Amino acid sequence: MIRSEILKEIAPILRNQLVVCNIGIPSQELHAIDDQPTNFYMLGTMGLASSIGLGLALAQPKPVIVIDGDGSILTNLGTLPTIGNNAPGNYILMIIDNGSYGSTGDQPTYTSQRTDLAGMARAAGCARVVEVQDKDTGPALEEALSSGEATVLVVKCDSGNAKMPVITMDPVVIRDRFMKAVAG
Amino acid sequence: MNIDKRIADDLAANGVSFVTTVPCKQLAGVIEEIDQRDDIFHIPSNKEDEGMGLCAGAWMGGKRPAIIMQNTAIGVTINTLATLIQYYRMPLPMLISYRGELREPVACQVEMAVHTKALLAQLNIPTYHFHWQKDVEELDNILKYTFMCNKPVAILTDANFWGGYGDQ
Repeated sequence: MIRSEILKEIAPILRNQLVVCNIGIPSQELHAIDDQPTNFYMLGTMGLASSIGLGLALAQPKPVIVIDGDGSILTNLGTLPTIGNNAPGNYILMIIDNGSYGSTGDQPTYTSQRTDLAGMARAAGCARVVEVQDKDTGPALEEALSSGEATVLVVKCDSGNAKMPVITMDPVVIRDRFMKAVAG
Repeated sequence: MNIDKRIADDLAANGVSFVTTVPCKQLAGVIEEIDQRDDIFHIPSNKEDEGMGLCAGAWMGGKRPAIIMQNTAIGVTINTLATLIQYYRMPLPMLISYRGELREPVACQVEMAVHTKALLAQLNIPTYHFHWQKDVEELDNILKYTFMCNKPVAILTDANFWGGYGDQ
């Protein structure tokens, strides 16, 4: 499976949750599959989805699901120790690990070679780290939600992107409707 | 006057309850003060752009954030300031140690000091420079201004403000 197929499959689980979605094609895919006010789309700033989601989870009690990628985690690796030492039980970091930089032309990342993100998360202090294959994402995500524990979920899948339109919504509109959904 | 406590008191009085820090020797006292307070949650960052991500999330979650860092971090965070904090119009007070200014003992620090105000000006970031200890009296107004306009705002604090760095 490629990322967009996973997102289609888990869309019903994501629908009523606060979701912080990674820059580029992941946000375009989620926006096209099931746009919700509870989705915060990153339009720039590669690497910070996990950090934004962590700040959000620490600031309020609702569950927060971050949809991140292997390339973005690798560009902000300092996030893993911060998560490992601070993440509250309402924080779920789902890393769609397709071993490539999808938004820039599917160049390989080091997770397609020797680098193991789940192992790095554990070494950084993350207590609940789960690695699954693409087809098992839905049950693993539901289990993470019901566990009430901070979870890093590494989803191994194939490289590839669906052709989706660019998000043209104004960033302040995305942010404002998201904040209203957070407070609602 | 205990300058570290005064700064933390002003942050708390303005509802700032989520502070991330990347350390600098000049900031050690204020970081320690913030870490010990019950009314402010302190989360150290490994890099300043990561810290700005934490602050963005905390703000969308209903908390007033702030970041405490060194001016070298302006070189690290320009993209984050432009494409996250400014693009989504978020408030972010940045208490910045202004290394490489008067009374600086480390020559390399001057290399970023000479770019600091120019970079902030290029980004249209409101910038205040605390040189004398009494300048802290403006902090309360600066914080109110930041959360009024939903912008990143820089407060540069040099060695003279902190009572000297390597010359005392």
